[in-house]
Amino acid sequence: MNVAATPGQGKRMLTSPARVGVYAFLISAAAFFILPLYIMLVTSVKPMEEIQLGNIFALPVSFTIEPWRAAWGSACTGITCEGIRGGFVNSLAITIPSTILAILFGALNGYALSFWRPRGANLLFAILMAGAFIPVQVMIFPLVRILAMLGLFSSLPGIILVHLIFSMPVMTLLFRNYYTSMPQELFKAARIDGGSFLRIFFQLILPMSVPIVIVATIMQVTGVWNDYILGLIFAGRDNLPMTVQLNNVINTTTGVRLYNVNMAATILTSLVPLTIYFISGRWFIRGITAGAIKG
Amino acid sequence: MKTKPLRLSNTLTSWVALVPMALIVIIGYLGTVLWTLKISVSSSRTLPTHDFVGLTQYLRLFNNDRWLLSLHNIAIYGALFIIAAIVIGFLLAVFIDQKVKGEGLFRTIFLYPYAMSFVATGLVWQWMLNPEAGIQQAVRKAGFSDFHFDWIVDQDMVIYTIVIATLWQAAGLVMALMLSGLRGIDEEIWKAARIDGIPAWRVYISIILPMLTPAISTAFVLLSTAVIKLFDSVVAMTQGGPGIASEVPTKFIMDHLFGRANIALASAGSIVMLITVLALIAPYLYARSRATEHKGAE
Repeated sequence: MNVAATPGQGKRMLTSPARVGVYAFLISAAAFFILPLYIMLVTSVKPMEEIQLGNIFALPVSFTIEPWRAAWGSACTGITCEGIRGGFVNSLAITIPSTILAILFGALNGYALSFWRPRGANLLFAILMAGAFIPVQVMIFPLVRILAMLGLFSSLPGIILVHLIFSMPVMTLLFRNYYTSMPQELFKAARIDGGSFLRIFFQLILPMSVPIVIVATIMQVTGVWNDYILGLIFAGRDNLPMTVQLNNVINTTTGVRLYNVNMAATILTSLVPLTIYFISGRWFIRGITAGAIKG
Repeated sequence: MKTKPLRLSNTLTSWVALVPMALIVIIGYLGTVLWTLKISVSSSRTLPTHDFVGLTQYLRLFNNDRWLLSLHNIAIYGALFIIAAIVIGFLLAVFIDQKVKGEGLFRTIFLYPYAMSFVATGLVWQWMLNPEAGIQQAVRKAGFSDFHFDWIVDQDMVIYTIVIATLWQAAGLVMALMLSGLRGIDEEIWKAARIDGIPAWRVYISIILPMLTPAISTAFVLLSTAVIKLFDSVVAMTQGGPGIASEVPTKFIMDHLFGRANIALASAGSIVMLITVLALIAPYLYARSRATEHKGAE
């Protein structure tokens, strides 16, 4: 993320004590925000004895990466003790198809809604948007039954389908808004040249959608990766995502709580979305504001 | 653009393309909501039954202490969380907007918690707030042996710990929304205010704040949906405890759906949640549709 403040000339030049106040406020706020991350990091590289004796703010005296190894490969999640490695693989297996399909459907919906405008589609869209506000709890039980009927409950395709359902409103909105702000002339020209529905989509519209596809990918990957409740219910024991396994690691420990292992597991679980966040910078913010149901 | 007569084949394709969306809307959204509504007026326990018992489940729900407590909790939580997040987010945005050095760095720091899962952040906070291992312990070891900070195990205070942890996660989001609102404000206003000799803080409160209404209402909608959805953080931080002191509606519903096998009561609870959400967002959606009508665009 780069500094690119609007160069608004001659806003208010604050006197220097006020300037100090501004920085004091921002720096103390930043310290508060960074504190949990700092504690996670230092704790994850301390041996247990040091954690029990010292305090959580202290830097590690003897540095160890053993907790990370344990969190990844041997920490116990309920019955098995294989770390959260399996959860990482499961989260990938859930996130990748859920992202690709959600974007594909979102783009297709947005394209049809804003360029072709078939009759009745706007009503569907309005209901879909209202659907974005329905608490998941309202839909969970019927969805469990429907997926069970289809033989998809507790399976990888099942959880992917559930993610598609819950992400469709925001994905559709994202693409529809993007396409409505695009000039219609290009589309009209393609129509006159006899382009078919799908050809115009794949050859003209989709290649022009790169920015919004990036925004959608960031949002969807972070959202699906961070999901807990849907994975818990729909994924089934063999496909539990990392968040669910993380919660299991921490809440099923018997005996001494291995705080260092827990913290390492927490960081490992957050690594994918955090990496995306730090790399994507402004794109991430754009996703939030675009996804904020701005219509 | 007016709708033009389309060629049949392409109209057909555009319809076919919308079939997945139609299915999801009709079955996934409308169907499931109606189904849950139907279960909520039946006497279902583990499996759905087809009888009709009127509003019995709703009466039972509102005589259930655990449900009432969860409503009480979510009301306190929601009010505090929304107000504090908007105030803190606004302050952060205003301070960042003072042409500070390292603006990007500050923004990155304030927003990163939002990228993490509620489970992960909930666990970190659970640990920091744990009296035996976290902040209390650290301060005591530093010499203040009678220091107390054990809210997370205190039935009366536990809900505030959830406010703190989720505020930490959401304040950056409000900041980002407010900051983009601030950046859209005309520089002329500042020039005019300076000529009139109005102090900057007055300008922010009396002129800028009202102009940020769209950003604030967006933040309000996002935060209130987060309040209604509150589940992951509670599970990760307190699991509803100590006792049932930090019980929230979502957790009540989930427990009755899966653990306690009382799907009718759980469905009644979720319908109550749905009605609350609709009551909350209806004014917002109405105001927005009015606004777009006035603009005449899209």
